[in-house]
Amino acid sequence: MELLAFYILGAGAVVTAVMMVIHRNPIVSALNLIFTMFCLAGIFVLLNAHFMAAIQILVYAGAIMVLFIFVIMLLNLRGEDWPPLTWKKLLASFIGILFVGYSLIKIIGIFRGSMLPVATPLPEDFGTTRIVGEKLFTDFLLPFEVTSILLLTAIVGAVMLAKMKIDKG
Amino acid sequence: MVPLSHYLILSAILFTIGMMGVLIRRNVIIIFMSIELMLNAVNLTFIAFSRFLNNLDGHIFAFMVMTVAAAEAAVGLAIVISVFRNKPTVNVDEMNIMKW
Amino acid sequence: MDLIIDIIKILFIFTLIMGVFSPILGWVERKQSALMQDRVGANRADIFGFTMIGLFHPLADALKLMTKEDFIPQGANKVMHTIAPFISFVPALIAFAVIPFGGEYIIHGKEINLVIADLDVGLLYIFAFASLATYGAVIAGWASNNNWSLLGALRASAQMISYEVAMGLTIIGVFMVYGSLKLTEIGAAQEDFFKWGIFLQPLGFVMFLAAAIAENKRIPFDVAEAEPEIIAGYFLEYSGMKFIMFWMAEFIEIITISGIVTTLFFGGWNIPFVPTATLISFFSSLGDTWANIITMLIHIGVFFSKIIFFIWLQMTIRWTLPRFRYDQVMKLGWKILLPLSLLNIFVTGVVILLFKK
Repeated sequence: MELLAFYILGAGAVVTAVMMVIHRNPIVSALNLIFTMFCLAGIFVLLNAHFMAAIQILVYAGAIMVLFIFVIMLLNLRGEDWPPLTWKKLLASFIGILFVGYSLIKIIGIFRGSMLPVATPLPEDFGTTRIVGEKLFTDFLLPFEVTSILLLTAIVGAVMLAKMKIDKG
Repeated sequence: MVPLSHYLILSAILFTIGMMGVLIRRNVIIIFMSIELMLNAVNLTFIAFSRFLNNLDGHIFAFMVMTVAAAEAAVGLAIVISVFRNKPTVNVDEMNIMKW
Repeated sequence: MDLIIDIIKILFIFTLIMGVFSPILGWVERKQSALMQDRVGANRADIFGFTMIGLFHPLADALKLMTKEDFIPQGANKVMHTIAPFISFVPALIAFAVIPFGGEYIIHGKEINLVIADLDVGLLYIFAFASLATYGAVIAGWASNNNWSLLGALRASAQMISYEVAMGLTIIGVFMVYGSLKLTEIGAAQEDFFKWGIFLQPLGFVMFLAAAIAENKRIPFDVAEAEPEIIAGYFLEYSGMKFIMFWMAEFIEIITISGIVTTLFFGGWNIPFVPTATLISFFSSLGDTWANIITMLIHIGVFFSKIIFFIWLQMTIRWTLPRFRYDQVMKLGWKILLPLSLLNIFVTGVVILLFKK
């Protein structure tokens, strides 16, 4: 049952990720990426990370991707043409696929024979908001506070970039 | 029960797709989205290990990664817009004014 | 057995929202506007001369819109144009899954919890799905291939992202006070009248209601569809069933907002000064099971009366205030609601630190 859910969600994530990379229209790409995020949120639920799943949808699908779509619409990008295929590119992609396939087979081979941790029964409240929050505000307080500085920097940077007057000389 | 290797392989596949996107696409927004995909793949690894090691540190790491992703998207898209205002293109090959 | 109870709960909420509330809301909106503008209002549709104070109007509207041509403009992206109404419709509906419409009751020795899905991340779930509603507006505006629609979509996306931030931060005060994200726990914590959210978080309530109305893009925040400026904004090119879906999405969101406000700030299903135990002991002469059932029915009735009150409040606001200008909307969101909500969090934190030792 869990395996089936994993395969469905995983296949959905991979297919939409590929669609995101190969589709011409940026809006359709963005929508595919949103779907990938959804599948990943589902996989997080399978991993007992309920809080992270909610945050995944809230932050990625709800905020970051809206920003992407907003910018795509603002710039009114309607799609682009793929550059024509040349022999060079075909050869390059063939070699690339060869390498990726080889390394994938190798990785799977390594996993087969290795001592990866196996699932142990989890405490009841694993991954709930309270536990993650407690961890965040005790063990990881300093990184958490530093994050706020990072976000502040990002806000100031974005506002400055948006307000900047560009001298068209 | 899904073994850990499944999650790791899925994460590796997604990361590779993201990397391919960065390498083969020239549209800067698609490149950004591919980077987000790669960050997501990393998050999957963190959370998978977190569950199998019964340790919540991975969740915190993934949380931090999401913060970084949000900040990166905001600043990156602001840069894209200001570049676009200067020169109406989103093709990274044409954004070469800083190249020596 | 659990499955049957779950299905009954889902069907109950679904029929109540889709079959009772959202059709009648169209009528309520027209009657409310008529009342406030000193007109008679919708009263023409009749069956054999019976007008039923205009209650047949939703029926006539539905029939009219269902038989209309489903028009897709030239140059529009057909797939996106078709799925956009669903994207705005579904998140509004499924957000209701975590809102409890009653407490816990023991019927025939079986504990029944009147909420469809009692998630640990309840409030975050609502926010996650509310943020998805943005896509409906954005994709609709983009796929219609119309400049006005695109403008509406741009306005909608900017406004909804901004107010999501404000809305999220206003709520933080609430779960600081109750110490939980679970809506059932928040509801149960408000059994005592003086522990209602409105007393503990008055500023939070006002700001949340404002942000929620802005999130729903209703007047005074409906710059995304402002008829005099950009005709109808993002759903300008929609007709027939798809138009109904946008319309229903807005009404369902009104109901959902009322549900959240009721649960967070107005005690959910609780009756002031009458705790559940008192109510059950009052009916205890009928036997334990019947006492529980009657209490349950009373609580459901109380919850939905509160919802109706907040629907009325939102309707009144809609027909009282004029529309903001676009820059005013953004200013309110970023320069007033955001700092105020941060201040609210700070004050709440200080008060909890001082008095809850």
